[in-house]
Amino acid sequence: MSAVPPMDVSVARAPPSPARELWRDFRRNRGAMIGLFVLALLVFCAVFADVIAPYSPSEQFRDAALRPPSLTPIGGHVFLLGTDPVGRDIVSRLIHGTRLSLVIGIVSVGLSLTGGVVLGLIAGFWRGRTGEYVVMRLMDVMLALPSLLLAVAVVAVLGPGLANAMYAIAIVMLPHFVRLTRGAVLGELAKDYVQASRLAGAGTLRLMFDTVLPNCAAPLIVQATLGFSSAILDAAALGFLGLGAQPPTPEWGSMLASALEFIQSAWWVVTLPGLAILVTVLAFNLTGDGLRDALDPRLKR
Amino acid sequence: MLAFVLKRLALVVPTFLGITLLVFALIRLIPGDPVEALSGERGMTEERYQRLVHEFGLDRPLAVQYGEYVSEFAARFPATVELSLVAIVFAVVVGVPAGIVAAVKRNTPWDYAVMGASLTGYSMPIFWWGLLLILAFSVGLGWTPVSGRLAIQYDIAPVTGFMLVDSLLAADKGAFRSALSHLVLPAIALGTIPLAVIARMTRSSMLEVLREDYVRTARAKGAGRLRVVAVHALRNALIPVVTTVGLQVGTLFAGAILTETIFAWPGVGKWLVEAIHRRDYAAVQGGILCTATVIIGVNLVVDVLYGVINPRIRHA
Repeated sequence: MSAVPPMDVSVARAPPSPARELWRDFRRNRGAMIGLFVLALLVFCAVFADVIAPYSPSEQFRDAALRPPSLTPIGGHVFLLGTDPVGRDIVSRLIHGTRLSLVIGIVSVGLSLTGGVVLGLIAGFWRGRTGEYVVMRLMDVMLALPSLLLAVAVVAVLGPGLANAMYAIAIVMLPHFVRLTRGAVLGELAKDYVQASRLAGAGTLRLMFDTVLPNCAAPLIVQATLGFSSAILDAAALGFLGLGAQPPTPEWGSMLASALEFIQSAWWVVTLPGLAILVTVLAFNLTGDGLRDALDPRLKR
Repeated sequence: MLAFVLKRLALVVPTFLGITLLVFALIRLIPGDPVEALSGERGMTEERYQRLVHEFGLDRPLAVQYGEYVSEFAARFPATVELSLVAIVFAVVVGVPAGIVAAVKRNTPWDYAVMGASLTGYSMPIFWWGLLLILAFSVGLGWTPVSGRLAIQYDIAPVTGFMLVDSLLAADKGAFRSALSHLVLPAIALGTIPLAVIARMTRSSMLEVLREDYVRTARAKGAGRLRVVAVHALRNALIPVVTTVGLQVGTLFAGAILTETIFAWPGVGKWLVEAIHRRDYAAVQGGILCTATVIIGVNLVVDVLYGVINPRIRHA
């Protein structure tokens, strides 16, 4: 007779912590894992740009302008992905561009998220008052204009430049965060725990930021991740139109714009910065989709 | 039905007023002097400044300046509409079948290919995508012209403003072919993001419908696979897709800013970018306002159409 394995009578295993559960669901999604891996690489490039870039992004090798990608050294220098019209190393510029793109994402998403959460909490808590009406109608107006058009309009006012482009993008993304926060807040306010906390004497600010906000975090995290991709895309588009980062800043969109006239003779100066934008945006979208699926089981395919 | 339309219309009015206010406020805030920007001169004498103000027509009443830009907009608008229409037709013709295939062949390589391609399309910087198309088909293969709307040897009198229609009206086959070849690449570039969105939307809406009882009933009574998908499922699945197509108008107009700049397409988007670089206040204001009006108008039409297709919305 075979031995019956002793039954595990201890306690039912404690449920995994939310973070662990999230990671477990996220890890199953292959696309999301690829996205996350690429993001890790990009962050590494951005942080250590000064160390890993072979040359300075602004150093001009006058006798090596517009060289195609190659491993053969020119005058003792190797230009892996070639050089641009004034002889700057494209690899180095792309690596430094990573830093810019991530900073653009962090700043504009950070500003927009902060503003959006505050306005969304106000609109949600003061439902039916003038405050809500004004905020939400303003957001409706902003949403009626397509994001790039609104960004262009804002940059037209603030003047071209990288910082202004970031503010413009933050403003453009604002309505999404406001609506999302308000919607989530309205859902949470109806629940008993909020009522309990209110009865226990929690003030409005405490209710807003300590009780309700953490429970609205999931959709905001997803939207913030996806916001990175649209921020980077819009910033590149503004750079391309000459309204964002100005040359000689190694921003991908403006790199592309300044190489336009060489499109027929030097494919690498035009294709490589665009490829960098695509890969970065794709990585954020993959990660964001994976996070959404992992955070919200209802949306699972 | 009338009540429904009126209700939607009433919602549009405050949005439109809001946009006029917003645009007006934005443009008043633009720093820099238009005369200096237009002439490229600084520190000019008062006399010369005044002459330039007159030369550029900046001393005329705002209403006249504004009217002029509305007519400029009207002249350029058909070019953008023609490009957008062809782009959205391309997006629907490719996107809807792709989405259906992905849904019907769910979790097969077909599905993965469609979803992968649409995620890539959705992430695409379209100004770069347009350049790649030029590199491949214009520079590399020499199949299509690089920019513009029509080869210079043709002169077509504008009737509708749509080059394709006008060249047909003039019965000029060469011009029609030229117009079409100029249109292909920008339309693909502009249609790519809507295409990706439409394919995703069609897939998820189709998947939902395929789970419905009436689809099972249709299968049970012996309808063929194709009939179930094309007749029973598709018609219901297309309702959210129609809305999605309508919502792409904004994407198209924003995308036109980039696409028209790359392909030197003489439409509203290119005009807007040029106006900003010139600090041409009235043009920026007029351009944004007109574009916003069109977008709001189309969204209204889509809303109403949606109510016509789906009575549940109308009576909600």
